[in-house]
Amino acid sequence: MVDNPLWVALIVGGVLMFVTLTGMAYMTWFERKVLARFQDRLGPTRTGPFGLMQPLADAVKLLGKEDLVPAAADRVVFLLAPIVIFVTAIVGVSVIPFGGAISIFGFELNLFAADVNVGALVILALGSVGVYGIVLGAFASANRFSLLGGLRAAAQVISYEVVLGLSLVGIFMLAGSLSLREILVAQQDDLIFNLFGLSISLPNWYILSQPIAFVVYLIAAVAETNRAPFDLPEAESELVAGFHTEYSGFRFSLYFLGEYINMIVISLFASTLFLGGTDGPGAASVWGLGVVYLLAKTVMFLFFYLWLRATLPRFRFDQLMGIAWKVLLPVALLNILFTAFVRLIANDEITIPAWVWIVAAVVLAGVLVLTSLNDRANRPRPSAQAGD
Amino acid sequence: MNTQLYGSDWVVIGILILAAAALGYALLTLNQIIAPSKPSAAKAAPYESGVPEVVATKPRFTPRFYVVAMLFVVFDIEAIFIFPWAVVFDGLGLYGFLAMLAFMFLLFDGFIYAWKKGALEWA
Repeated sequence: MVDNPLWVALIVGGVLMFVTLTGMAYMTWFERKVLARFQDRLGPTRTGPFGLMQPLADAVKLLGKEDLVPAAADRVVFLLAPIVIFVTAIVGVSVIPFGGAISIFGFELNLFAADVNVGALVILALGSVGVYGIVLGAFASANRFSLLGGLRAAAQVISYEVVLGLSLVGIFMLAGSLSLREILVAQQDDLIFNLFGLSISLPNWYILSQPIAFVVYLIAAVAETNRAPFDLPEAESELVAGFHTEYSGFRFSLYFLGEYINMIVISLFASTLFLGGTDGPGAASVWGLGVVYLLAKTVMFLFFYLWLRATLPRFRFDQLMGIAWKVLLPVALLNILFTAFVRLIANDEITIPAWVWIVAAVVLAGVLVLTSLNDRANRPRPSAQAGD
Repeated sequence: MNTQLYGSDWVVIGILILAAAALGYALLTLNQIIAPSKPSAAKAAPYESGVPEVVATKPRFTPRFYVVAMLFVVFDIEAIFIFPWAVVFDGLGLYGFLAMLAFMFLLFDGFIYAWKKGALEWA
């Protein structure tokens, strides 16, 4: 850990932003290739080897497209909204720790732009400010498809933002910090169990201690970035293109950039929080291996996004809101209480006598047996109406 | 443990926000320099899948969205209370756990009321 002077931090931040933009460009290529393979096609092949020049061609094409503003639109808001979503998406990468001190050309520096003590909150906050870009753009367009898409986006993002935030509380409790760097450091110790004389060593990654939170986070993250199967704000079968229907040229591209960069940032965030980030075998000793681990975990999450998109049909809007409020929110809250309870026992704040555990286990088993019997009794009998 | 002031890191984030905005603005300006501009009445009309617009769009929508917004405010404020509680949880001990249990009980009470009132239904 060295102190980055301001100018070094700015250079690191600039490089990270540049890398993220390049990564976003190749994310579009990756998405088209992966989706094509899922559908037994080849994807882009004509632009360079394996179509690798495709993102460049797309960018040049979009830069040459006319930037239309509808006559009825609120001009200033319409023109500024895409910048809001682009900025909030890309600044998130500045608080992600890509590793601690590393020496590059004999120069010691930290591989993150900003180490704030509430890094996790910064990412959540940027996500919720980003929805302004969608809603303002949609309202300023004076188009009914945009309006409907923008409303859906607003309701969806604020609902899932609550879930996303609450799903991470268990991790903040275990790490005792909201700083992403400290959460990263907390995951680098090994957990050692003694099981029947066999010593098992596991990495202290929070996916192992917070599996419920991980599942809740995964679902909420897909919805938070408006991706399939939760891409209701831009459901092309009903809303044309949703909130960005009226956008063209590079203003449309900024929305596109924002969406993909959001995916990358939220995947980096998930890798850092749940999968140990730069942690991995040999990461501490081999130069640059930590960054490779982090990127590999992130690509895994990104592939998971594409896999979902290729596999699942789109949800209905009432289902979408129902999952957030009726399932994920109670589960996230119960997970917090459960984590807190286990933490109290681990800290020896409360001690529970053995007979309580036995009674609890018996009661739980009894409840399970009774409910399964009850289900069997209530199941409708086949054959009664079959003859009518 | 890093004991320095966190101020300079916020300056970095602030400068990066300005840089990102400048980058976005520069790309848009480049687009306006390169791209052709041939405005016409048809291009300026709202997109209606090829049909002329009959009535201008009015920003009216179902009140359910307001209900979601109110629920969001309630639970986001709850999250604001829970985050610092989680960070200092080890120091608070049993008392902190019981206090949060009471808080969550009251909140769940209201949540179940809203649920039974149909605030979460979209049909």
